[in-house]
Parts: sequence; structure tokens; C-alpha cells
Amino acid sequence: MMKKLILIALIFFVAPAGVLAAGGGVPLDKANVDLHNQESLQRGAKLFVNYCLNCHSAGYARYNRVATDLGITEEQMSENMIFTTDDNGEKSKVGSLMKVAMSEKYAKEAFGTKIPDLTLVARVRGNDWLYTYLRTFYLDDSRPAGMNNLVFPDVGMPHVLWELQGHQKAVVETTTDADGHEHEKIVGFETVVPGSMTGPEYDQAVRDLVGFLAYMGEPVQLKRQKLGVYVLLFLALLFVVAYFLKKEYWKDIH
Amino acid sequence: MSKMLTNLLAWTDARFPLTKMWEEHLSKYYAPKNFNFWYFFGSLALLVLVIQIVTGIFLTMNYKPDGAMAFASVEYIMRDVEWGWLIRYMHSTGASAFFVVVYLHMFRGLMYGSYKKPRELIWLFGMMIYLVLMAEAFMGYLLPWGQMSYWGAQVIISLFSAIPVVGEDLALWIRGDYVISDATLNRFFAFHVIAVPLVLLGLVVAHIIALHEVGSNNPDGVDIKKKKDENGIPLDGIPFHPYYSVKDIVGVVVFLMVFSLIIFYAPEMGGYFLEHANFIPADPLKTPEHIAPVWYFTPFYAILRAVPDKLLGVIAMGGAIAVLFILPWLDRNNVRSIRYRSSAYKINLVLFVISFIALGWLGMQPATETLTMFARIFSAIYFGFFVALFFISKNEKTKPVPERVTG
Repeated sequence: MMKKLILIALIFFVAPAGVLAAGGGVPLDKANVDLHNQESLQRGAKLFVNYCLNCHSAGYARYNRVATDLGITEEQMSENMIFTTDDNGEKSKVGSLMKVAMSEKYAKEAFGTKIPDLTLVARVRGNDWLYTYLRTFYLDDSRPAGMNNLVFPDVGMPHVLWELQGHQKAVVETTTDADGHEHEKIVGFETVVPGSMTGPEYDQAVRDLVGFLAYMGEPVQLKRQKLGVYVLLFLALLFVVAYFLKKEYWKDIH
Repeated sequence: MSKMLTNLLAWTDARFPLTKMWEEHLSKYYAPKNFNFWYFFGSLALLVLVIQIVTGIFLTMNYKPDGAMAFASVEYIMRDVEWGWLIRYMHSTGASAFFVVVYLHMFRGLMYGSYKKPRELIWLFGMMIYLVLMAEAFMGYLLPWGQMSYWGAQVIISLFSAIPVVGEDLALWIRGDYVISDATLNRFFAFHVIAVPLVLLGLVVAHIIALHEVGSNNPDGVDIKKKKDENGIPLDGIPFHPYYSVKDIVGVVVFLMVFSLIIFYAPEMGGYFLEHANFIPADPLKTPEHIAPVWYFTPFYAILRAVPDKLLGVIAMGGAIAVLFILPWLDRNNVRSIRYRSSAYKINLVLFVISFIALGWLGMQPATETLTMFARIFSAIYFGFFVALFFISKNEKTKPVPERVTG
């Protein structure tokens, strides 16, 4: 364990060289999610209901649809992954939408903003953005919650996954431009407090979570891609028929 | 059995011009035999119209035109309605596909002079279809009630307020509220699903009747009715059915392949067909960082932004569309097809196409100083096309047009 901790402490989270050349937006790390990997999606779903669904809703998705698509039984889903309650204060039914108990009013008081629903967040932000975002929280005393984010500066959300990743601080490089103005730029991160996961373990956990969000943004996407093959094969066949039919009819036209 | 059917047909024909219409519009409608690639897009536009109407009917069964429910009802269609995702993607992709085929169809008309005498009315009906189609697409885009739906509509409707004196009241009247709201959503829904489609269908019928009255143009711009055989059939004409019906089926299948590739593998088309910001529910209190209309409006949006004054910008944008209406009278040359026209004409047309595409791209970008400068240059080229055409066509050095189509 000690060895592991030292290792983590030694790991210097240097973002890809691309970050250094950041002009406007921050270059994003590749999420490389694999929607065919059900185990990864299941782990992601677990992270989601444990860490995200307390404040964020996924109000267009249903628990049982997630269960079916991810190869979980409805019982398993109900027992291990439903922590929300319905309007009567009873545990949410497996067929219900993944709503959240926190009221909009309370959220506004606690976080100063409306907390976005996450069902479609992957379609809004993109997988790479989410993957980078969830890995680039850093300590910043100037912020109310004591932390900030590289791709979403001054974000209201605290680093909910800090138990896993630990805390990191930004490595800042100061450059002076031709006009003598000084610019501060974050060039990397340094672990201050280690979390329960190693760097690569945490990256994988975030990949699982982003994979789940990508799935949830459009649950039908794998089916859609599979169906597309048959549709195109049918059309290809139809093309051959149509082409020769046309040729047959037109053979006398010159 | 067949005798019964023959009798039924005779019975019908005595009461309704079924056989007559079939012959007039299909089996004895003689189309030039030299149609090329560009002649697929008319029938494809008709196909897309049918796709939009049919998928639209199914969408209305589950969509809720209510500010508080609209966004969620679209997601309900995407997730909980059987095959709802397919219907929705067909409709959203169909909207863009409609403009793709219509733009190519219009370009065909430009290239081969299909707007010229005696086809001016076909062109005018076509332009009206285009105008109505833009209204249809614009109002349909509000319905998903996402951020882009909301703010796009906000920006476009506020343009009306630039009109002197009545502008503010007019914008208020269109919205039914001081901002885009539930009232706007409801009326746009009514227009999108019934009022505008009715007009559209009527115009499409008028477009086709006018076409079949004078006959189709062709890539040579030759009038095939001038050379007829002893039966009065144009020598270069072939019956639309079966020749072009079987040929168009090939075009339809190829189109459906492209259409399916998008629906099944890139329904968002990288944010061009379904904008990323439109997956956030409409929020009247939060303006998106960058508001851009959908791609098919961006050439005109770029022209609007290129003009520093709001009212003049609106006039320029309206003018960019209006000037297309008078095209048949701006082009003073009798030669129809680009094949027999001067190099000056060809260069002019190429510049026009480049400016249209460039403006389309610029309309999607944030209006920086450099890009605005480019938008001005390309706007000038866009309008310059019509001015130049007017003068080039006066005493144009054209090549001799053949008597018969060239194959």
C-alpha cells in the first residue's frame, strides 16, 4: 500500500504536449470509450448512481432501460443501484425515470445555479470534453469550494470524485510575451493528496463513467448502427436490381 | 378478373379523368431523352416531401407542443416510443436533405437556363416553394425546444423589429409574447404541421402542372417540341413512364443509401444537422455563447451580418432571396444551356457558387473582424452575379445551339 502511495505521489500528471500549445480552448484528451464493453458501462453506471445522481438528474432515462441495455437484471438494478425516492418518499420504481430528490430551489441556494440534467450531457459536450473535465479538477483557494477546473474554469461543481483521484494542484508556467506582459498557463498537475485509485485506475474509472454517459445520451445507438448494416445491404441489393431494370428498359434509347 | 378491372377502369374514366391524367403526366408525357445526373433532384425533392409528411404525422402522435413538455416529449420519442428514434432521425435528416436536393435542383435550373421562356412561371412557383420551405424549416426547428431552437428563433424574429414604425409590433404579433414563449411554440406548431404544408403541397402541384404544360428543359436547352414525328411525338422525347420512372428509381435508391448512412451512422452530422447546443432544453435566461442558424440558412445569415446597419442588413438578406425571383428577366440571352454560353457567363456562375458556399460557411462562424470582411466580399460577389448577368447576357457571344439534343 505504502509503495502504491509513493508511486502515486511520484506520478506527475503532465497533460499531453497539446495542452502546452493551447491557444483558445484547452485541447482535450481522447476518451476512447467502447460502448460494446458492457462491464465498463456497468462500472460507469455504478459510479453514476453513486456520485452523480445525488445532485444531477438523468430525467429522460429509465432505470429498467439502463438495466436491459447494460445486461443487468431489474432486481440487481433495484437492489444495488436505485438510491432515489419518488414523490411519495418511497424507493423509485425500476420503471421510473432517473429523477433526483434535490429541489431546484435548494440546488440554487447551495450551488448558485441550476444543476443540469445529465441524460444528454455527452451529446452536448462530447466524450473527450467530459473525460478531460472529470480529470482536471485542481485546488484553487480563490474558489468557494476550494477547487477549479481546467476545461470549465470557475465551474460551480466541486470535485465529487476526489476520493478516487485525490487532490492535485496545478503546475503553472509564467511566460512573458513580446510586449512584456506576463501570462500564466497551467502546464500540468501534481498530486497533493492521493486518492484511493492510481492515476491509470482513475483514468479508467472516468472512461467507464463517460462511456455510460455516452450510452445514456442515446441508448439506441448500438442497435442503430447494427440495423444500418442490414438497411444498407438491402439497398445495395435493390440498387443492382434497379440498375439492371433501368438498363433493360433503356437499351433501345440512343 | 382482368375483364372486371377493365370494366372498372372504363366505369371510372367515364366519371373521373384517371387514364387521361395518367397519360398526360406519365405514360404520354414526353421528356427529353438526354437528362443527366442533375435531373434526379426534382423527383428526389418529391420523395423527401413525402418522407417529411409521413414521419411528421408519426412524430405528432407523441410530440407535445407545450413549453414545459416539448423537450422531454422529443426525448420520450427517442427513448420510449417504439422506433421513435428512427422516425425522428428520418425527419431531422430529411429537413437537411430537403435543402440539399432543392439547392442542387435550383442549381440545375441555373446551369441549363430552365427558368427562361416559356418556363418563367415554373421558376416562380419553385421560388415560392423554396420560400415556404424556409418558413416550414424555421418553424419546425423551434419545436424540439432546445437552446438553439429557442435562441435561433429569438434572433430571427427580432429581425422583424428592424422594420421602421411597425417593426416592434410586428415582432410582438408574430411571437404572441415579448419573448419566444409557449404561445410562440403553439402557433409555430400549428403552422408547421398544417398551414404551411398545405401551401407547400399546393405550390408543388402548381410547379408540376406548369412544367407538364410546357414540357421539360434539358442539358442542351433545346426545345424538343420543335422536331416531332408524324404522330406529333417529339423526336428526342421519351415517355416519362416507364423510362424516367425506372431511371429515377435508381436515383432514389442511391439517395436512400446516403440518407441511411446519415441516419444510422451520423444522425447529428457532426453538429450540422442536429446542433449540439440543441440537446440543452430552452432556457430564456441563458444565452448560448454562439448562436448560428442551421446550415441551410447560413448563406443569408452571413449576408445579414455583413451589413453594419440592422435594417439594411435585413433588406440585404431579403434582397438576396428576392433577386432570385426576377432571374428570368435579368438574363436577357435566349440561349438556355451553359454548354453554349460564353466564358464570361461560366465564370460568373462559378463565382456565384463559390460565394454561396463561402457565405454558408461564414454564417456558421463567429463574426470576427476578418471573417466579416470576407462576408462582405462574398456578399458583393453574390449580388454581383445578378448585375453581371444582366449585362453579360445583353450581347453575349454564344455558341450555336444544335437542332437536336446531343445525347
